[in-house]
Amino acid sequence: MVESSAPTLIALASWRVDDDGELVDRLRAGDESAFVALVAMYQPRMLRLAEATVGSRAVAEEVTQDTWLAVLRGVERFEGRSSLKTWLFHILLNRARSAARREQRAGRPDDAVVEDRFDSSGAWATPPEPWADRVDDRLLAADLAARVQQLLPELPDSQREVLVLRDVEGLSAGDVAGLVGVTDGNQRVLLHRGRARLRQLLAADMGKGSA
Amino acid sequence: MSDYLDDRLAPRDRERLEDHFAACAHCSEYLAQLRVTIDALGHAEPDSLSDEAMDELVALYRRWRDDT
Repeated sequence: MVESSAPTLIALASWRVDDDGELVDRLRAGDESAFVALVAMYQPRMLRLAEATVGSRAVAEEVTQDTWLAVLRGVERFEGRSSLKTWLFHILLNRARSAARREQRAGRPDDAVVEDRFDSSGAWATPPEPWADRVDDRLLAADLAARVQQLLPELPDSQREVLVLRDVEGLSAGDVAGLVGVTDGNQRVLLHRGRARLRQLLAADMGKGSA
Repeated sequence: MSDYLDDRLAPRDRERLEDHFAACAHCSEYLAQLRVTIDALGHAEPDSLSDEAMDELVALYRRWRDDT
């Protein structure tokens, strides 16, 4: 354990995104504890996003290490025109995509198959079995949060990337379109398909009563 | 429905959809399930950082600092 990280972790409890600018200034000034604080805040999220892109924890760890090195080398040039998080994710995604190509990961193409919810007359073909009401229970809600994370690898790559950036990380539609390299319209389509697919997978779980 | 949940529909489309939800149990259940799904995504916590992983990254920082 690094000597300075324990107090940093305690300080993180009250950390806000507004403080990113101050951390960047301290990192530029060569303050190691600023680096530790940034790693504590962003490394778990970066690793999750990298793993979603490259499909392997070991490769994802290499990708995040490359990313931090690029951050250290590039922090002088960071102008704060995007949020720090968006900047970090931009560097990370470029490296994760290169790594995925290098590993010749086939990936899951966006198959554009949307479940057949409606028949030709526009009526429900297979109406949804009701389960949303059961999620009021707090324990079940926590289980669902863990479960959706396990189900994410089932989605096509582009849907998963958009879903993680929008609904998990909470980035804006405009930022996500830029990061993923699609138009705003495509970003919405991918988001919609990803959500619909994930709901379908959750519904299958809930039907078994095991979610 | 995704656009509805993100509040990206024109007021008239929004109203029409809400009228439909009020009359259609299947659609309102589907909407509620989508909401639950999105909410679960928002609460998905990443794996926490191990001490070893932190140590490795601090070592990377120190190598970088000593090289520059």
